[in-house]
Amino acid sequence: MSITLPDGASPIIKVRSLENRFGDQIVHQDLDLDVRRGEIIGVVGGSGTGKSVLMRSVIGLQTPTAGSVEVLGENMIGREEDEAKNIRRRWGILFQNGALFSTLTVAENVEVPLREYFPKLGTELMDEIACYKISMSGLPPEAGNKYPSELSGGMRKRAGLARALALDPELLFLDEPTAGLDPIGAQAFDQLIRSLQKKLDLTVFLITHDLDSLYAICDRVAVLADRRVIAVDTIDRLLQMDHPWIQEYFNGPRGRAAAAA
Amino acid sequence: MAATLAPSDQLNGSIFSPAGALTIVRAGSVARELENTPDPLTIDLSRVERMDTVGAWLIHRSVRDRGAQVTGASSELQELLRQVAEADHPAPVRPVGERGAVAELGAWTMEAGRTLVGLLGFFGATLVGFLNLIRHPKRFRYNAVVQRFDVVGVRALGIIGLMSFLIGIVIGQQGAVQLQQFGAEVYTINLIGRITVRELGPLMTAIMVAGRSGSAFAAQIGTMKITEEVDAMRTIGVSPIEALVIPRLIATVIMMPLLAFWAMLMAIFGGGLFSWISLEIPPLTYVQRIAEVVPATDLWVGLIKAPVFGFIIALAGCFQGMLVANDAEQVGLKTTAAVVQSIFLVIILDAVFAIFFSSIGWI
Repeated sequence: MSITLPDGASPIIKVRSLENRFGDQIVHQDLDLDVRRGEIIGVVGGSGTGKSVLMRSVIGLQTPTAGSVEVLGENMIGREEDEAKNIRRRWGILFQNGALFSTLTVAENVEVPLREYFPKLGTELMDEIACYKISMSGLPPEAGNKYPSELSGGMRKRAGLARALALDPELLFLDEPTAGLDPIGAQAFDQLIRSLQKKLDLTVFLITHDLDSLYAICDRVAVLADRRVIAVDTIDRLLQMDHPWIQEYFNGPRGRAAAAA
Repeated sequence: MAATLAPSDQLNGSIFSPAGALTIVRAGSVARELENTPDPLTIDLSRVERMDTVGAWLIHRSVRDRGAQVTGASSELQELLRQVAEADHPAPVRPVGERGAVAELGAWTMEAGRTLVGLLGFFGATLVGFLNLIRHPKRFRYNAVVQRFDVVGVRALGIIGLMSFLIGIVIGQQGAVQLQQFGAEVYTINLIGRITVRELGPLMTAIMVAGRSGSAFAAQIGTMKITEEVDAMRTIGVSPIEALVIPRLIATVIMMPLLAFWAMLMAIFGGGLFSWISLEIPPLTYVQRIAEVVPATDLWVGLIKAPVFGFIIALAGCFQGMLVANDAEQVGLKTTAAVVQSIFLVIILDAVFAIFFSSIGWI
């Protein structure tokens, strides 16, 4: 049960021997990870195991100390800004708190990536694109001209998702999308991600602490511990491993409750 | 027309037949192509290899608005078209419209009125806080006040000293140029002494303190509001007025006259240096003349104004900080408002003081 895919396969994200350190503190060492095209992969790990750092390394917000990162078949480390921009266009990111621009309305937020990459689309078409993205993300039309501060937490996440989907990405990064949502909202958000993934043929890289999300929507789960990915597999198969953290995580009272659901 | 068409796209009469990838990358040119194709429009998708939602939207729009016929779509493309059609709910994009000039003026007036009432209310809350502290002196935060002394007073000495020194030189130089025309350059000393002690010392210090400390108060308290620290304080039973506002207020009120006095001395020193070098007035004579021409009441005028200015600056800074809500942008807005408001109020008060002191004969 190896963590990486066989050599012939072409993973959409390929991380090899990744190392991240901050001063004396080593967050990742010799970390390998492959993400298949078209899957929803959940990334779990205790607090401080570097889930967000891993995502930041993959999307290029953080330059790793060593190792290689390939996304969509392109090497991501040390690329020129212009080249990196063309790759970035092909993914969307939902940050933990939405990271919406507070001075713009929701629809204007969705238009930001469109304006940045395709300024020639014209205002009318851009407005229309923003509107159907908002609708696809499950927001009511009235939300279009509201400011982020006027939205609830769940709506803000959906607005962030609409912006992440603005450029029809192949790859979607979600950083704890259901954190801070009530169970009903979280479940609805899970369903939304699953249905969008099917509709738009997305690959989803999902960082989460939400066991229900893992059971409900993830095809595979990658477990971060001991500074690397110790296992990537379906939950059923992970349950059979005897790593203490995995057992505690999935077989604790919360894990069992989520499994029963 | 042909320039925007990909080489293999075909346009026969009213049949539009794009080839290859129909994605956002080509959306602009495809949209123009569709516009230029006459009705009745038929879109042939048989040669499309890949389509994203933006491509699907363009097709959907043509079907919706112009009744275009779509042919040759694979089941995958049909599914995508159906999904886009499902998501077609027009939504408002821009914030609610611009207001007319009159409405704008009205809103501004209401806002200004509300701010003034709010400031008065805040003043009241601060007074209540003071009374509570007098009743329970143990709750008084000596450490916080002493720390503010350092930040507001001691650390401002350098910049206020330098500023006043330069102002002293400028007044001396400008005054001398004018007074020389009457051969009265010796009166430059009167000019320097009286204007710095009575007016510029406290006023320039107030402007500097408003920029340095008033803005910092608003930003600090505003950030604490956003991170809910202020709410946390309240729930623990610590009054934010007692813990945040009063120490800053006391520190500024006490530091302002000291800084103003320091500013007066430095300005007189700067003017003296100029007089010595440029007008050849010996330092000893200069000091004697200053003592003769500057009445004690001038010093009192300056030193009475300074703490009042300090009070206004700290009050406006803390008040604006407390007004911050929701988002980080507000911290910037309220900090600016704090500085503008406090300098404005200081100048108005300065005018009131000028009338008051001259009418009681302290001329």
